[in-house]
Amino acid sequence: MSELTRRTAADLAQLLSSGEVSAVEVTQAHLDRITEVDAGVHSFLHVATESALADAAAVDAARAAGEDLGPLAGVPIAVKDVMTTQGLPTTAGSKMLEGWVPPYDATVVRKLREGRLVMLGKTNMDEFAMGSSTEHSAYGPTRNPWDLNRIPGGSGGGSAAALAAFEAPLATGTDTGGSIRQPASVTGTVGVKPTYGAVSRYGLIAMASSLDQGGPCARTVLDAALLHEVMAGPDPLDSTSLTGGYPDVVAAARAGAKDGIAGLKIGVIRELHGGEGGYQAGVLARFDESLALLTKAGAEIVEVSCPSFTAALPAYYLIMPSEASSNLAKFDAMRYGLRVGPQGVEGPSAEQVMAATRAAGFGDEVKRRIILGTYALSSGYYDAYYGSAQKVRTLIQRDFAAAFAQADVLVSPTAPTTAFPLGAKLDDPLSMYLQDVATIPANLAGIPGMSLPSGLADEDGLPAGIQLLAPAQADDRLYRVGAALESLLVESWGGQILDKAPVLDAKTLEAIR
Amino acid sequence: MTSLSQFAEVLDYDEALAKFDPVLGLEVHVELNTNTKMFCGCPTEFGAEPNTQVCPVCLGLPGALPVLNQIGLESAIRIGLALNCSIAQWCRFARKNYFYPDMPKNFQTSQYDEPIAFEGYLDVELEDGETFRVQIERAHMEEDTGKSLHIGGATGRIQGAEYSLVDYNRAGIPLIEIVTKPITGAGERAPEVAKAYVSALRELLRALGVSDVKMEQGSMRCDVNASLRPRAEDQDSVPLGTRTETKNVNSLRSVERAVKYEISRHAAVLTGGGKILQETRHWHEDTGITTSGREKSDAEDYRYFPEPDLVPIAPDAAWVEELRGTLPEPPARRRRRLQGEWNFSDKEMRDLYNSGAVELVEATVAAGASPLAARKWWTGELSRLANLEEKQLSEMPVTPAQIAQLQALVESGKLTDTLARQALEGVLAGEGDPEQVVEKRGLVLVSDDGALGEAVDRAIAANPGVADKIRAGKVQAAGALIGSVMKEMRGKADAARVRELVLERLPVDAPDA
Amino acid sequence: MPAISRDEVAHLAGLARIEMSPDELDRMAGQLDVILGAVAQVREVAGDDVPATSHPMPLVNVTRPDVPRPGLSAEQALAGAPAQQEQRFRVPRILEED
Repeated sequence: MSELTRRTAADLAQLLSSGEVSAVEVTQAHLDRITEVDAGVHSFLHVATESALADAAAVDAARAAGEDLGPLAGVPIAVKDVMTTQGLPTTAGSKMLEGWVPPYDATVVRKLREGRLVMLGKTNMDEFAMGSSTEHSAYGPTRNPWDLNRIPGGSGGGSAAALAAFEAPLATGTDTGGSIRQPASVTGTVGVKPTYGAVSRYGLIAMASSLDQGGPCARTVLDAALLHEVMAGPDPLDSTSLTGGYPDVVAAARAGAKDGIAGLKIGVIRELHGGEGGYQAGVLARFDESLALLTKAGAEIVEVSCPSFTAALPAYYLIMPSEASSNLAKFDAMRYGLRVGPQGVEGPSAEQVMAATRAAGFGDEVKRRIILGTYALSSGYYDAYYGSAQKVRTLIQRDFAAAFAQADVLVSPTAPTTAFPLGAKLDDPLSMYLQDVATIPANLAGIPGMSLPSGLADEDGLPAGIQLLAPAQADDRLYRVGAALESLLVESWGGQILDKAPVLDAKTLEAIR
Repeated sequence: MTSLSQFAEVLDYDEALAKFDPVLGLEVHVELNTNTKMFCGCPTEFGAEPNTQVCPVCLGLPGALPVLNQIGLESAIRIGLALNCSIAQWCRFARKNYFYPDMPKNFQTSQYDEPIAFEGYLDVELEDGETFRVQIERAHMEEDTGKSLHIGGATGRIQGAEYSLVDYNRAGIPLIEIVTKPITGAGERAPEVAKAYVSALRELLRALGVSDVKMEQGSMRCDVNASLRPRAEDQDSVPLGTRTETKNVNSLRSVERAVKYEISRHAAVLTGGGKILQETRHWHEDTGITTSGREKSDAEDYRYFPEPDLVPIAPDAAWVEELRGTLPEPPARRRRRLQGEWNFSDKEMRDLYNSGAVELVEATVAAGASPLAARKWWTGELSRLANLEEKQLSEMPVTPAQIAQLQALVESGKLTDTLARQALEGVLAGEGDPEQVVEKRGLVLVSDDGALGEAVDRAIAANPGVADKIRAGKVQAAGALIGSVMKEMRGKADAARVRELVLERLPVDAPDA
Repeated sequence: MPAISRDEVAHLAGLARIEMSPDELDRMAGQLDVILGAVAQVREVAGDDVPATSHPMPLVNVTRPDVPRPGLSAEQALAGAPAQQEQRFRVPRILEED
């Protein structure tokens, strides 16, 4: 494996700007790595070899010409396939959009291009971001680089696995109920869901509009901050985009690593710590260890209670499918995407073609959520289900407000377990949904959250994650505390967590094929 | 299909009214004349090449998001204020979910239980000058759909078509839907009230300058709800009957006819012991009847919910008052004022109003013409020409200023009425202002007695019999000679002067001579 | 008693325009029943005095100026169309008037 693929984005940026390496070299190294391992890992749905090399060459030329380039110019990035990319296929992991090439860029993608990052390709995901394992991709699952027989989390399993397998130093994600944070947790990587509205949703294929939020995926907190800075910002094309109040996350990450966190108050959410949540012992052990490190570093740990969180998962599984049922209505075989006719019908009507196409183009999980959402919004049930769920949302916001009155950041394990084996929860939707029990409250309230590795669980040797939560528009606190904790943990481990991941050699990869 | 029996199933109108009390409800959709669509920056020009005024937003492409048009909002509030409505202090958009190929997202972005304007009224003037107050339930913002061409089968009809071709240029054009409360107490004048309401609304919207209000082009469309209830002493205590909704009644005359037809049809069904189905009906302009459309059933469940992609609207009270200050003088009041200023009779004013010429006359007067002359031009020659071309007066390619200039030329004696009509013809043909047309076409009166005298001499020589008659005292025979001269001069002579010249040359022979 | 019947699922599938076989309807009804059982508790959590939250951030009055913006060419618009004719999207026959 080329040394370049194990570098952080911050290191690569440094090497690129000093001219020690070229963007083409860096890009080629990652493309080679993808060629080497991706048949086994399957992080990518589309690898943009030609355009990536061309973009990299253009960055090198611009740098040679003395152009003023962004801090991440020439650094490769993997883009979640839920983001529209002009000229590159975009499927959102669905058969419905197989072969669709969008005529426009998502705002986030435009920002990546303007920052001259090099897009390596599009990463695998659960269909329309619906899932916690990437097994619901219509194009086959992504495998966890820590154990190829296990899930990489979801929906952004492709992006997280690409980082853990050293196929890309950076990746983008979207997080509706945990789709950035839970994959980060089970792959030993870092993922951040920014404050709702901080990253434009324009061009992000919507699942649940009031919950979806794009964010950075990386191997270190500083790398996540560097990417966060590129992705975030006001966008006149997104009505829910925040017009101001963007803290300097890169400065916060650097300050956290350097100055520590003495005097900060850290709140442990009682309802997300053990109890009935089905938390794995090793996950809790690593979490408690992190708390001990934070205490040692001078933080004050307080316990906070968020009693409404017990209703968060039910509320989420009403609001999300309701919005999704409406957002996914546009996939109707009329203007783009798949069109199939019903079997045995001569000269079918538009209505029949729509119904047949949606039957053929959507997977089971998507259909389940559409039907559930249709039910929750239908007359006679609206008040009891959708209406009640929106009230729970208010209660959760109030719980957070009360908790943040007592603590600067809140913490919990990110996911209750480490990566589970492929197929383990496919027939039990409810147990799959429980993966997101700790991440969902942040989406319901719109506040930012980060997951970073807390270590390896003793019972299976797989990564566990700790989640940090901050008040809306105080994303910098995540980076400050995250970077501080990261440096304490790395020091205690004597190296990066991914250094402990098994080597993806030809034999292991061959066994998968 | 229209069954024959439907033609027979109407009760005599007077008989229907003797037995039943009609209740109406009118829903008017108005396309705003903004530069861009309601939720995206696409232009709104009428008649563009298909699918050339589209973007990811109005095509409903995956990932695209709406942003509200400021002028769309402003127009909605001004319309609400002009209709004496309360303006919502806080309201939201809602999604109306149903599948239809000309609706790109398969939901319409509209407003549901939180309209921007509510609880108003419009006073409408009936033909005899009486005022009827129509209560307004609400006015709300929404978006238009695309347009389909139905190919195969009966030409242009949806029934029996083999397939359809969709153009999305119109999709997303801003619409305001204005809904009345049930209109009761109109009795046998219900059809007249309906027509007068739509007419008054059109006049108001035109005065506001927010819409082209061209019913024939579809920028103003009317749905008519009608129901009957038995006549009773205490009419208000009788519950409303089942209503039908007749869609797309798109001329003032049709509104009146459709209401009358539905009253007669309902009455026939009810007196025959039948029940009215709650359904939509289609209006047939050619035959003057309605036919059954789609039955309103429980299956029609629009699953409205607050639009998460657009943020709430909370118009600042001071801004609303500022907008109130921009409202034009209410059209009815303005008409009364103008009638007094112009000294027109009630009938003259009504005719002017009915021909849609009030604003045109006003502008012509403002440009210097007398009210009498302005009225004569617009209700006379121009109305005649407009009728021939099947155009609205406002669509005639001549400005009030040009009419005033034409009238000034007449009054200064430079043009006769005949010449003025020729000059108008030139203006309408696009040859420029009246003075330019006069110049180009040489429409100048021949006032040279020499030339006129010679023409008169030629006419006398050519018509010796006529000359003899005049000499014999039949002075009225001079008309033939004057006509002949005028013809030779192509109208460019003052007929009175020609008459003088004729009579000078043909003195009446003394009877005793 | 199940919270949701097979017939109800069939009705919802119709509203959502998804064709479903009898087997699928049965399976879906069973799964939805379990899920609804798990989410039904939301009805008991919040009282009438709690307002509903539809938007996570308290933004209001976001509009754009009424100024045209470049859109797509007809060619771009139609590039992904399953069928097209005369610069329009060609769609199967439509049964009902809107």
